[in-house]
Amino acid sequence: MSTAVEEKKSAPAQPFIGKKERQLLSDPLDSNNPITVQVLGICSALAVTVQMKPAFFMTLGVIFVTMMSNLIISMMRNIIPGRVRIIVQLAVVSTFVILVDQVLKAYAYDVSKELSVFVGLIVTNCIVMGRLEAFAMGNKPFPSLLDGIGNGLGYGAILMVVAFIREILGSGSVFGFKVFDAIGINYIGNGVMVIPAGASIAIGLVIWAQRARNGMVESD
Amino acid sequence: MENLISIAVRSIFVDNMIFAYFLGMCSYLAVSKKVKTAIGLGAAVIFVLGITIPLNWLVYNYFLKAGAMSWTGIEALASVDLSFIGLIIYISVIAAFVQLTEMAVEKLSPALYAALGIFLPLIAVNCSILGGALFMIGRPYNLAEATTFGIGSGIGWFLAVVALAAIREKMKYSDVPAPLRGLGITFIIVGLMSFGFLSFMGFSI
Repeated sequence: MSTAVEEKKSAPAQPFIGKKERQLLSDPLDSNNPITVQVLGICSALAVTVQMKPAFFMTLGVIFVTMMSNLIISMMRNIIPGRVRIIVQLAVVSTFVILVDQVLKAYAYDVSKELSVFVGLIVTNCIVMGRLEAFAMGNKPFPSLLDGIGNGLGYGAILMVVAFIREILGSGSVFGFKVFDAIGINYIGNGVMVIPAGASIAIGLVIWAQRARNGMVESD
Repeated sequence: MENLISIAVRSIFVDNMIFAYFLGMCSYLAVSKKVKTAIGLGAAVIFVLGITIPLNWLVYNYFLKAGAMSWTGIEALASVDLSFIGLIIYISVIAAFVQLTEMAVEKLSPALYAALGIFLPLIAVNCSILGGALFMIGRPYNLAEATTFGIGSGIGWFLAVVALAAIREKMKYSDVPAPLRGLGITFIIVGLMSFGFLSFMGFSI
């Protein structure tokens, strides 16, 4: 797990949303993206991206969980004993995941069925744990909250791009709306994009495109 | 017995943790650079899955399921349904077991600890372990079937990680376009390997 550790002691007396805070939100969207750069949270990114709707709900769930658990852990960071911190973190994270799971079951049952175990797996989604370890344990609550939102958004951005590619190529629709039928083109879905292998290849190509644009090269 | 063999084959090949469900991808991508470390982590995954899945089966069937606590003989407990706190219980069982194993292995077999030691903490947050537990809950397995499923899924994960590590070691000699190097090409390889495993689909004994 390659987590870019960014230790920042926030400087005193700053405007409410200063430059640093904005960076916390915007960096994970591109140059420090949790999926394509930090290599965190891949499992769910591949598994829930067949269609855009479940991907969208998954994004909302992950943003909520990263945000809240970053906030809570950051508030408790000075009283958590180092040796048992993993268990403490897991307990906090799974509490929020249970909340998300129960809310989805109550208000969006079909989506909850579609996501099956992957809502539960937000507990072990490495983005959440990774951000807790790398950021929330060493920073104040407010920056941690922003960091959580930023990383949730960065995760969501990649998720939506991959889901868009897979849904439009795989079944010719966007959010379940048949785009090709609507403009009168007879499109036969590409089965490769629907199976898990398609997800992996699609995300590989997204990473290629992103790195070709921002010029990042891995050394090995 | 036939049933068990069928579950084992299914969980190793057809419903492979990596290629069918993409579970445990984070550590899968992180440790698949060298075959030797891949074997270490793979073995640890087999071990932990093989133990925690039956453990969680027991917890679910004797404590959490609706009416599961009727064995206590106390009437007030017989109708209790605790399945909604399942997640936090499973992950605690897994984390506690991993921590215990780490301590036990360190005391009893320093050689094994040297080989597996660093991987054990990683495994607590490996989604294939929790995912295995959640899949097991969703299916009507008995204890023997659950154990077989756990070990089988572990073996499937082991095969996948060792195979990818072997390919990545050879990749060093290939001329990959610069932006695709590392993560990008690895994803595409995983996709292609997943195609290979598709050929097991519909395969049954």
